[in-house]
Amino acid sequence: MADPVLTFTDRGIYCPAADVFIDPWRPVDRALITHGHADHARPGMARYLATDAAAPVMRHRLGDVAIETTRYGEQRRIGDALISFHPAGHVPGSAQIRVEVGGEVWVASGDYKVEDDGLSEPFEPVRCHAFITECTFGLPVFRWDSQPTVAGQIDDWWRRNAADGRATILGAYALGKAQRLLSAIDASIGPILTHGAVENTNEVLRAQGIALPDTIRVTPDLDPKDHPGALILATPSALGTPWARRFGPASTGFASGWMALRGVRRRRAADRGFVLSDHADWEGLNTAIRETGATRIFATHGYTSIFRRWLDSQGYDAAVVETEYEGESVETQDEA
Amino acid sequence: MKRFTDLFTRLDQTTKTNAKVDALAAYFQDAPETDRLWTIALLSGRRPKRAITTTYLREWAAERASIPLWLFEESYPIVGDLAETIALILPDATRESDNTLTHWIDMVRTLPTLDEAQRKAAILSAWDQLRAKERFVFNKLLTGGFRMGVSQKLMTRALSRATHIPEPDLAHRLMGDWRPETTSFDALIRAPDPETDLSKPYPFYLAYQLDGGPSSLDTSSNDWAAERKWDGIRGQLVLRGGQHFLWSRGEELMTDRFPELARLIDYLPPGTVLDGEVLAWAEDSPMSFNLLQKRIGRKTVPKKLLTEAPVILYAYDLLEWQGEDIRPHPFRDRRARLDDLVAQVPSDAPLRASPLLTFDSWDELAAIREKSRKYNAEGIMLKRWDAPYRDGRKKGDWWKWKVDPLTIDAVMIYAQQGHGRRANLFTDFTFAVWDDDNLVPFTKAYSGLTDAEFRKITAWVRKNTLERYGPVRQVKPEHVFEIAFEGIQESPRHKSGVALRFPRMARWRHDKPLAEANTLNDLKEMLAAYG
Ligand SMILES: [Zn+2]
Ligand SMILES: [Zn+2]
Repeated sequence: MADPVLTFTDRGIYCPAADVFIDPWRPVDRALITHGHADHARPGMARYLATDAAAPVMRHRLGDVAIETTRYGEQRRIGDALISFHPAGHVPGSAQIRVEVGGEVWVASGDYKVEDDGLSEPFEPVRCHAFITECTFGLPVFRWDSQPTVAGQIDDWWRRNAADGRATILGAYALGKAQRLLSAIDASIGPILTHGAVENTNEVLRAQGIALPDTIRVTPDLDPKDHPGALILATPSALGTPWARRFGPASTGFASGWMALRGVRRRRAADRGFVLSDHADWEGLNTAIRETGATRIFATHGYTSIFRRWLDSQGYDAAVVETEYEGESVETQDEA
Repeated sequence: MKRFTDLFTRLDQTTKTNAKVDALAAYFQDAPETDRLWTIALLSGRRPKRAITTTYLREWAAERASIPLWLFEESYPIVGDLAETIALILPDATRESDNTLTHWIDMVRTLPTLDEAQRKAAILSAWDQLRAKERFVFNKLLTGGFRMGVSQKLMTRALSRATHIPEPDLAHRLMGDWRPETTSFDALIRAPDPETDLSKPYPFYLAYQLDGGPSSLDTSSNDWAAERKWDGIRGQLVLRGGQHFLWSRGEELMTDRFPELARLIDYLPPGTVLDGEVLAWAEDSPMSFNLLQKRIGRKTVPKKLLTEAPVILYAYDLLEWQGEDIRPHPFRDRRARLDDLVAQVPSDAPLRASPLLTFDSWDELAAIREKSRKYNAEGIMLKRWDAPYRDGRKKGDWWKWKVDPLTIDAVMIYAQQGHGRRANLFTDFTFAVWDDDNLVPFTKAYSGLTDAEFRKITAWVRKNTLERYGPVRQVKPEHVFEIAFEGIQESPRHKSGVALRFPRMARWRHDKPLAEANTLNDLKEMLAAYG
């Protein structure tokens, strides 16, 4: 019997026909990378292949590594496999990876969301026989409001803080979520200050032609008093630290899909939790899976065993793929 | 419902006391009057009874959401809250309504009179016209588990700001046996009539923990009275109009649970209110809390238990005398009257005055404190001679100076996830001590660590699970914790033969190798010394 198109190894998803790995977590010779988040693009690979839009951030994060780039939809032959990258709508440059061997098509989704965030290349369903799907939010309790609704909530909160003379500190993942927020909120409300880690990513994305509103980098000599009514966009880990306290009286907020859960929201100890995720919600996952036309589904990254059972009850041939890293479970609350 | 849900959301969104009081005060000014009353009721623990079994709610919610019941059941522990799970899982409402909180509570209260089909129709209809956050609040009312993270003290402060009635007056008005169904905002808050509720207790004065010992008090030991801190149930005995009422600190009427106190009506004049400790009593000393525990939670008491564990009120304060509220008088005077009063009661009656301790210096008192466990006491209570009887927890005039807890170093062997705020963290642990080469479980503990430590141990548990038993995970024996506890008792129900009182994790002993955890023999020695 021929090898399956993709197999699951202790180094990650492997394609025997092309001798390549997808988002491997141990050093390999050749790695196809869905996107630049740290749990997908790891250091130590001899060669990387990623979309041209994902490569700048990867270089920024991984340093001087050998990255070959590809455009969305461009098909290339590696060994006996035909390989192409397709928009995943997760963050700018993120991709699903389509692998075709002998007419059989498998797609590894990486992380994805189906709502168009106005910044990332919108998700495109790819027809396939087998689909490896993430399911970070693969429970029916996760249902997202639309981006304009959530952006409106953030705008209202910011406006009110500004009127009351409080700073507004919003925590969000430095790659993707932060820029999505920047482009979705109403930048005319006040000045926007950014944490160094956020601003570094902003610079990378601006340099590749992605338009973001003007921001001011927070440096040690920046005087917050010079920027009344500011929104400060910080990394999640900067909330509650001396770095955040320098802004004086402030209201703190945090934007993540996990904020849908009251228990997590309260544990975060931020004043406000905004439910905004770069992963698909329950409906999004189910729609995306349906639109692939796939009959075999592999669930990874999230509530895999529950989601597998659900898919099974929906008539799919579903299985769980164990990953080494539970990087996106509720304990970390961050969404990579 | 929208106004109330907004309040709930604002309270939920902040951890800052001032913001909570602001939100509540604004609500008490502009919400409909019956809603205000119900809000006070909810915030003071007077929730409507659970109107329906959760089994039905789960089934109906899953059905409405078009998902199988098992999927609902799998989602619930991850969310950690049933009302929230239902609110999240339901499809969006198709209708709009803006009924009051009172309307929905009335609806919930009528549910028990309906048959199953009618209940289902009523609840589905409610779900279909409430917005997501309103649904959560509504489900909380349905399931009877409503908590809003606002203490009675904060609520009273906000109410005072909204009504301009002083806080202590309000605190007193809010005490006792009132129900929102049978009173009104006016009758309860604005113009109360003292005759309407003879049982009404006074707010309890609560002591703060004295961490640095009495030398940190900065005044002479002569300014202070001291008693032992008894390990019983705090109770307020109200004698008025020929009746008696015994209130717990949680404002629960305990009168019927301790029928022997009824005798006191014969010896004490009406218009008397005593504060003290209900204790199981033998001859002339208190028995262990273990015996009293058998009486707690029993609404009616079998004869055998009445003779096995008879109780008395060990009184330490007099709040009302001849119908007059004497709380503003100094403790010195109240205590003198209390002693006069108790002296008139026959010696076999179930009332005594908790003895005052005599001491000439803090050192002397410290020596007395060391003997606390011998007297079945938890430490020392300090009360300033000049102080009035205050309400709630106010710093300065009453202090509890507890004996140091007992401690033992134990090995974590099982872990379980927490609930609510700590759902998805491992917070409930079982600990063991060595018995030769075996680890014998002897206690559970679920508090005492910081959130950061809980996160750390959660990550460790995930990687070091040996076996799963439902929600419980057996973990690799590796981590040693110092377990602190207040008392130890023999317990045939437990494998180890002992049961601990108030066990908690005092420290994570990163420094302790596994082999140096304590042994079952160490526990038995503690049992012999303190049990
Ligand atoms: Zn990821
Ligand atoms: Zn990602």
